[in-house]
Amino acid sequence: MKIRTFLTYEPQDTWIHDLSGVTKFIFFIAWSVVCGLTYDTRVLAVMILISMSVLYMSKARWSQFSIVVKVLAIFMVLNIITIFLFSPYQGCLIYGSRTDICHLFGKYTLTKEHLFYSLNIMIKYFAIVPTAFMFMTSTAPNEFAASLNKIGLSYNIAYSISLALRYIPDLQGEFRRIRNAQEARGIEMSAKAKLMDRIKRMASIISPLLFTSMERIDVVSNAMELRGFGKKKKRTWYAAKPLKRNDWLVIAFTVVFAAAALIITYHDGNRFYNPFV
Amino acid sequence: MKKLGVREVVAIGIGTALFVVVGFVSIPLGFVPNTDLYPKMGILGFFAALFGPVVGLAIGLIGDLISSLIGGGIWWSWLIPMGVPGLCIGLFASKYHIEDGTFGTKEIVTFNIAQVIGNAIAWIFLAPVLDIIIYAEPANKVFFQGIWAFIGNIICTAIIGTLLILAYSKIAGRSTGLKKED
Amino acid sequence: MDPIIEFRDFTFQYKSQTEPTLHNINLSILPGEKILIAGPSGSGKSTLAHCINALIPAAHPGSYTGTLTVGGAVPKDAGVFGMSKIVGTVLQDTNGQFIGLSVGEDLAFALENDAVVQDEMKARVSEIADIVNVRKFLHHAPDELSGGQKQRVAMGGVLVDDVKILLFDEPLANLDPATGKKTIALIDEIMKAKDVTVIIIEHRLEDVLYRDVDRIVVVNDGRIVADMKPDELLCTDILSGQGIREPLYVTAMKYAGADITPEDRPQHIETMEVARHAGKVRKWFENAPVPAHVNDQAPVLEVKDVSFAYNAGEPVLENVSLTLRKGEMVSLVGRNGAGKSTLSSLICGFYKPDRGEMFLNGQDISRLSIKERGEHVGYVMQAPTQMISKPMIMEEVGLGLQVRGVPEEEIKERAGEVLKICGLYPFRNWPVSALSYGQKKRVTIASILIMNPEIIILDEPTAGQDYRHYTEIMEFLREINRKTGITILMITHDMHLMLEYTDRAIVLADGKILADETPAQVLTDEALCDSADLKKTSLYDLAVRCGIEDPSEFADRFIAYERAAKRGAGEGADR
Ligand SMILES: Nc1ncnc2c1ncn2[C@@H]1O[C@H](COP(=O)(O)OP(=O)(O)OP(=O)(O)O)[C@@H](O)[C@H]1O
Ligand SMILES: Nc1ncnc2c1ncn2[C@@H]1O[C@H](COP(=O)(O)OP(=O)(O)OP(=O)(O)O)[C@@H](O)[C@H]1O
Ligand SMILES: [Mg+2]
Ligand SMILES: [Mg+2]
Repeated sequence: MKIRTFLTYEPQDTWIHDLSGVTKFIFFIAWSVVCGLTYDTRVLAVMILISMSVLYMSKARWSQFSIVVKVLAIFMVLNIITIFLFSPYQGCLIYGSRTDICHLFGKYTLTKEHLFYSLNIMIKYFAIVPTAFMFMTSTAPNEFAASLNKIGLSYNIAYSISLALRYIPDLQGEFRRIRNAQEARGIEMSAKAKLMDRIKRMASIISPLLFTSMERIDVVSNAMELRGFGKKKKRTWYAAKPLKRNDWLVIAFTVVFAAAALIITYHDGNRFYNPFV
Repeated sequence: MKKLGVREVVAIGIGTALFVVVGFVSIPLGFVPNTDLYPKMGILGFFAALFGPVVGLAIGLIGDLISSLIGGGIWWSWLIPMGVPGLCIGLFASKYHIEDGTFGTKEIVTFNIAQVIGNAIAWIFLAPVLDIIIYAEPANKVFFQGIWAFIGNIICTAIIGTLLILAYSKIAGRSTGLKKED
Repeated sequence: MDPIIEFRDFTFQYKSQTEPTLHNINLSILPGEKILIAGPSGSGKSTLAHCINALIPAAHPGSYTGTLTVGGAVPKDAGVFGMSKIVGTVLQDTNGQFIGLSVGEDLAFALENDAVVQDEMKARVSEIADIVNVRKFLHHAPDELSGGQKQRVAMGGVLVDDVKILLFDEPLANLDPATGKKTIALIDEIMKAKDVTVIIIEHRLEDVLYRDVDRIVVVNDGRIVADMKPDELLCTDILSGQGIREPLYVTAMKYAGADITPEDRPQHIETMEVARHAGKVRKWFENAPVPAHVNDQAPVLEVKDVSFAYNAGEPVLENVSLTLRKGEMVSLVGRNGAGKSTLSSLICGFYKPDRGEMFLNGQDISRLSIKERGEHVGYVMQAPTQMISKPMIMEEVGLGLQVRGVPEEEIKERAGEVLKICGLYPFRNWPVSALSYGQKKRVTIASILIMNPEIIILDEPTAGQDYRHYTEIMEFLREINRKTGITILMITHDMHLMLEYTDRAIVLADGKILADETPAQVLTDEALCDSADLKKTSLYDLAVRCGIEDPSEFADRFIAYERAAKRGAGEGADR
């Protein structure tokens, strides 16, 4: 059981920090959709290039996300191995040919096609992950919630998101305190305990956290009501940033790029770039 | 759709924060990615049962969105299904009688039927299908993963979710007939 | 002048209750007045406040008879939103009230809801930030602020609306004494700058009286038992009769047999006429018994030269050394963020010190796990809800033993014993939820005691509790301390508590130990109090003004006298 540290926003003076949260969010969403759909290696390569340079320009430091990268790397490798174990010829199915490299064991033979397919899955991570880091380290949470309302999300939901971001650090600290207190009373989450016991003990840490949160819901909703939340159809946002010229440029680029990427990917009726023909 | 009240807005906000924070914790079942036991599913079940389908849906989606941003990327095929269990459990919110303090056997059964249906749609059907459509992953692998996730999530919702609701129901439905004993 | 708030024959009953909570209230408050509402816990103070800001009946359903007008409006018709334009409410839980992601946004919250355009909003926020003096923090997130700063933001957040009435529900709970003082001063400044009417609900009477108050309204059991000027009220026995803490100097003078009259102006010790009573006070002092407090028992816990930093280069503790002897009751004090909780976390093993050693009964504990230390040192956290994880009292108290595999029978027996000590035995089969805050606190203490620790650390045991509950908890702790010889370390912002209940005070400031003396010595040392943000006790001023040469000895004797008096009264009382 581990608690990952939170990727944190850090104010800096770069043109990326200057962009509105919405712009970056649109960019990120478009990126993750295109990156999910395309298996065109050339498109992915360009995307990697762009997302890496965007991350570089946002001046994010390695220490801000090094832990997440390690976790992701393990996840990625396990995922690729799992795919191979379940379906060693998935690549051959997709590319419609089979070029053996070497026999491994049992029914498992390594093929060029599957290797290439695995490579494509892998570079998808490299195309999308840097943009997520860029987004997280360069977008102030308050401004983000404000701009979501601007692009049409109901202000109730936008405010929910703002509250969630407001309370994540608080609850994280509280979680740690409660767990320490429980551990001091002898409740251990050791890996030796039976699964059922571990789940039940987990519930005993979660329940105090939950019940204080339920009380907090009452306090916060009273406080919000006392200050007039929700009485008007519209609300303004202190932290909202108007879209500037750079924002429109980035949005335009994003739309054009996404459209182009999808056209290139699908123009031959197949979203896989096939080097084997 | 009914307009969200202030209390629901706050419930989504704090519920999501809780979902994200508890989401950092997992109990691994095996080596297959995405198949750990996630206690956060119990939290999701609790909020959906108490506040209804909109809150359940929103916590699942927003919570998973924030978690995956923290984790470095969005995986659409697992994000979208996350809305389903909360929605499904929340649809029967009026049947659980949590705030009346009478969350008993019948209600526990209803809650668990709802959560099993919701989790089944999400993980046995939706997630693998999206994985195949979007990410072109092998069918046998994603269905295997989906079934594992389904089992893990129904266990977590059944145990942690039910325990949490039971405990809260006892608190909410003010106890009566209490007498001091010597 | 017409009253701005007027209750007439006002009786209120919550929908879920069978009896009214407020009975026949008649109360008028004039514009520009500053009113203090005091009364025991559960007496209906917050209920009264919620009637004014319309949370009753909007959020807490119920019905009333009689009339209530506030600033020309009828709250139940105007609704919460309508009233928020007239009444600004500052809740006790300033963390809960802090809704925005940064100070600027939180100040702007009411304006945002009113759809004020951004430029105007920024201008108004900037103006308010100056009034409550938080301009430097406009971009800070809530977890980067101290308790006192949050309090300022909360006040600013309601002031943006140009309200006519400010309502504070227990503004001082959780603040260190110096910050509390600043808060009271700030309220006064705001009254001058903005021309508002102020209502303060508070248990810490003496701290509120730091600045002039026009009237004190004493509530008990839903009825107003007194409504008079502070100078008059302090001369009566109404406060002590209702279980409310009088200012210490008033109590001391009453012990000395002085008959204080309103002409003495007892509201502030600095300006009170004491000359008339000085002789009596001196005489009492000379005859009061001299307390003995030397503890030469063996040390149970020794902390030696411990240093610690959460982030490299920002030390939180530097070369801290202290010794706890067996059976001592010691307080650990210092301003918000001084490192008190951090020190306890190090002792409990939640974090590892960067340098230094810790010994338990002479043995090095650096290698012991949290769980192993937990068998010797019990840590009771500030909020009972952070610790309670079982719905039933018995289960909660037995939890620690249960996970250690102690047989069911033995758990039951030991839990029964502990519950008797804690005065909870009659409730043993109740759900935790049916208990009051103070009783819940005792459940958490019981669940630690059952594991027979040698040392118990209590983080803010009395925050937000009234004098009666607080006395209940503290007397109980002292009793177990006497019965079992357990060593108690108390972290607190409450100077009275430290003075009344502990033998020794350790003062922590900026990561270093500034003093380790008797509480009376600490609280009569002006320079020390200033540098550690403590508040000098009013007993000091009284002693000085009565011409007593050793004020700290005066404080000591006062406490000893009061302990003896309380013990006499407490004997046979059934809690
Ligand atoms: N929402 C509610 N529904 C029903 N009863 C309530 C509600 N809130 C308070 N009460 C009851 O009304 C009584 C007065 O409570 P109130 O909160 O006004 O006390 P208080 O004087 O503010 O106490 P404290 O000093 O502890 O804050 C209590 O007995 C309580 O049980
Ligand atoms: N987990 C943490 N990570 C980083 N810094 C921390 C952490 N916990 C506390 N601090 C910092 O360490 C310092 C000491 O904090 P601590 O909580 O020990 O103070 P305290 O004396 O208990 O204050 P209070 O009276 O407000 O409870 C503070 O400046 C605080 O900001
Ligand atoms: Mg109250
Ligand atoms: Mg502390």
